[in-house]
Amino acid sequence: MATANSTHTTTFTTPSDREIVATRTFDAPRSLVWECWTKPEHVKNWMLGPDGWTMPICEIDLRPGGRWRWVWRKTDGSEMEMTGEYREIVPPERLVNTENWGADWPETLNTLVLSEEDGRTKTVCTVLYPSKEARDRAMGTGMEDGWALSNERLDEYLRKLG
Amino acid sequence: MLAADSLSQTFSALADPTRRAILERLVEGPATVKQLSAPFTISGPAISRHLRVLERAGLVARERDAQWRPTRLEAAPLREVAEWTDNYRRFWDASFDRLDSWLQTLQEKEKKHGNRK
Repeated sequence: MATANSTHTTTFTTPSDREIVATRTFDAPRSLVWECWTKPEHVKNWMLGPDGWTMPICEIDLRPGGRWRWVWRKTDGSEMEMTGEYREIVPPERLVNTENWGADWPETLNTLVLSEEDGRTKTVCTVLYPSKEARDRAMGTGMEDGWALSNERLDEYLRKLG
Repeated sequence: MLAADSLSQTFSALADPTRRAILERLVEGPATVKQLSAPFTISGPAISRHLRVLERAGLVARERDAQWRPTRLEAAPLREVAEWTDNYRRFWDASFDRLDSWLQTLQEKEKKHGNRK
């Protein structure tokens, strides 16, 4: 039985110049986690980011070459859209798709790998950018590769300035 | 949303370890070129070139009047970067937290209905 207040955290790493990897473990079997990533009725319940967003449109055509389109709406009415194409679908362990945030942002290739151990599922999300510059822009100059100015320090500095 | 072009200018200025070290030093307060070049093995003119890149990106400003023209940090673009980076992490953190509780809801439902182990 999973504890209600399990404290799993998300780990971000940059194994290469063009990738960001987010890793997280969930207290659930892999088949269920897979469903949550691939069925609209689930996706719109959790893929919402910080408070204040809903996902009124969640289209998923789960087959190689099939498109997906997710639209978020904020309480103030502003919208954000993300689209892409499914490339590889191996339930319940591997999902590869492109992701597009619009013209100003580069298209990425995202690979989700799910592995199960003792009833827990580890999800590894790899986002591959077309260039290091594009990755760094999305990430904020590669958090793991030596930006010595730590976020805490920067936060404190910015707070001081008001 | 953030303006993509001003962000990319900031990020390309930040893409260099020497320039990041300069910014880190400036968090402590304004400094002259001489003070800034002290920890590095590179020359004053090379530091000045880095400062010009940072200045163009709006990350630093130089005093016009003071004799040694000390450089100080400009917070606005850094704040934009910090917000963007935070947003990225926060988006995934918050979403995964929701997935965590959504998975628990689903599993409790399944248990109640006993239709799957």
